[in-house]
Amino acid sequence: MSFDDAYQSLTDHDDDARWAYGTGFSDPLAGVPTALPDGVDGAALAAYCLMIGDDALIMSHRLQQWVTRAPELEDEMALANIGLDLLGQARLLLTRAGEAEGAGRDEDALAYLRDASDFRHVRLVERADADFAHLIARLLVFATWRLALLDRLSASRDPVLAAIGAKGVKEVAYHRDYAAGWTVRLGDGTDLSHQRMQAAVDEVWPLLGELFEPHATELALAGVAVDPSTVRAECDAVFSQVLHAATLDTPAAPPASGVSTTVSAVTGGAVLSEGAVLVPAPTGGAASGDASARLGGRGRDGVHGAELGEILEELQGLARANPGGVW
Amino acid sequence: MSGEIKHEWPLFEVFVRAKRGLNHVHVGSLRAADHEMALHHARDLYTRRNEGVSIWVVRSDDVVASGPDEKDAFFAPSGDKVYRHPTYYAIPDSVPHI
Repeated sequence: MSFDDAYQSLTDHDDDARWAYGTGFSDPLAGVPTALPDGVDGAALAAYCLMIGDDALIMSHRLQQWVTRAPELEDEMALANIGLDLLGQARLLLTRAGEAEGAGRDEDALAYLRDASDFRHVRLVERADADFAHLIARLLVFATWRLALLDRLSASRDPVLAAIGAKGVKEVAYHRDYAAGWTVRLGDGTDLSHQRMQAAVDEVWPLLGELFEPHATELALAGVAVDPSTVRAECDAVFSQVLHAATLDTPAAPPASGVSTTVSAVTGGAVLSEGAVLVPAPTGGAASGDASARLGGRGRDGVHGAELGEILEELQGLARANPGGVW
Repeated sequence: MSGEIKHEWPLFEVFVRAKRGLNHVHVGSLRAADHEMALHHARDLYTRRNEGVSIWVVRSDDVVASGPDEKDAFFAPSGDKVYRHPTYYAIPDSVPHI
């Protein structure tokens, strides 16, 4: 940039006199063409956008439930910020899903008026957190995995998905930093914090397999969607580095394939460790319901646990009670 | 980690620079376990609305402040030295931050 007057470079963003700070906001989708790329099946693209959009929407909701419950005010803000970042991603992705579907559904219709069996997120994101360590373990896994996916997505043939990926990478990189920082603090902290962080990691790890299992929708959209099995090695390297720094043991990772059979084999372990949880869940009646139903199928196919019912009751109750209502 | 467990995190002062070329300005304080966490918390508390391009954090304990007792000796003598103000010069309209 060049200016006739050096001071102009300091003031060129002052396009809104109402704000002392924070001018120069930008629309992440400004100038991005929204027409479907040639040869891309609209229904498949819509299904894919729902998968990664629902991941963000439901994880965001779980994060929001920590507001007023976090251990420190500062961390409460951090968790709220992370939840808002993910909500922003969910809005863009559900909007794109509606466009690709072409049936006139917008982001609100998709978020508020779908039944549980129509949600396509992985089970990891709907799990209730028994304590702060569980949230951190889930966030570490989720953010590491999503960062790798969004990074690949920024090269998608769909220009909207590419723009959403590029925007999300910067956000989720911070989410991963935050979770990794707390994993190390708790793991390499006191005896008690180490024990609770290890318990959290042990309980979350059986849910990993599903994250890297490619779905037919993802495979059908080569060049548009990301095959999650391609990011497994990268994610495992990050997990290993963080857990090592945190002096935590890495649980045996479930294999990337054969999720439905493998997961049922570890169900017993997950249930046992739930009984050993020290602190009540912040959401009240969490972790209830039939554990085998919760762990037995794939979230990507709409198989979810009773926990999702609780989330949707909270998320959709107002919108369903007041159809079309606005603030 | 050190043996003693403290039940309250220490206080940090936060300085944010709004844009390139301006000074860091004190915006508030926060609690954190160490400097690294303080930087993260400052990012989450004080730059959520696009306020900054750079953050400084300083332990509040490390700030040395002038006391009210010293007010006269410190500040009163400059009250009548009008010649110290460069009022003779016209400031161009394009210079926004003086």
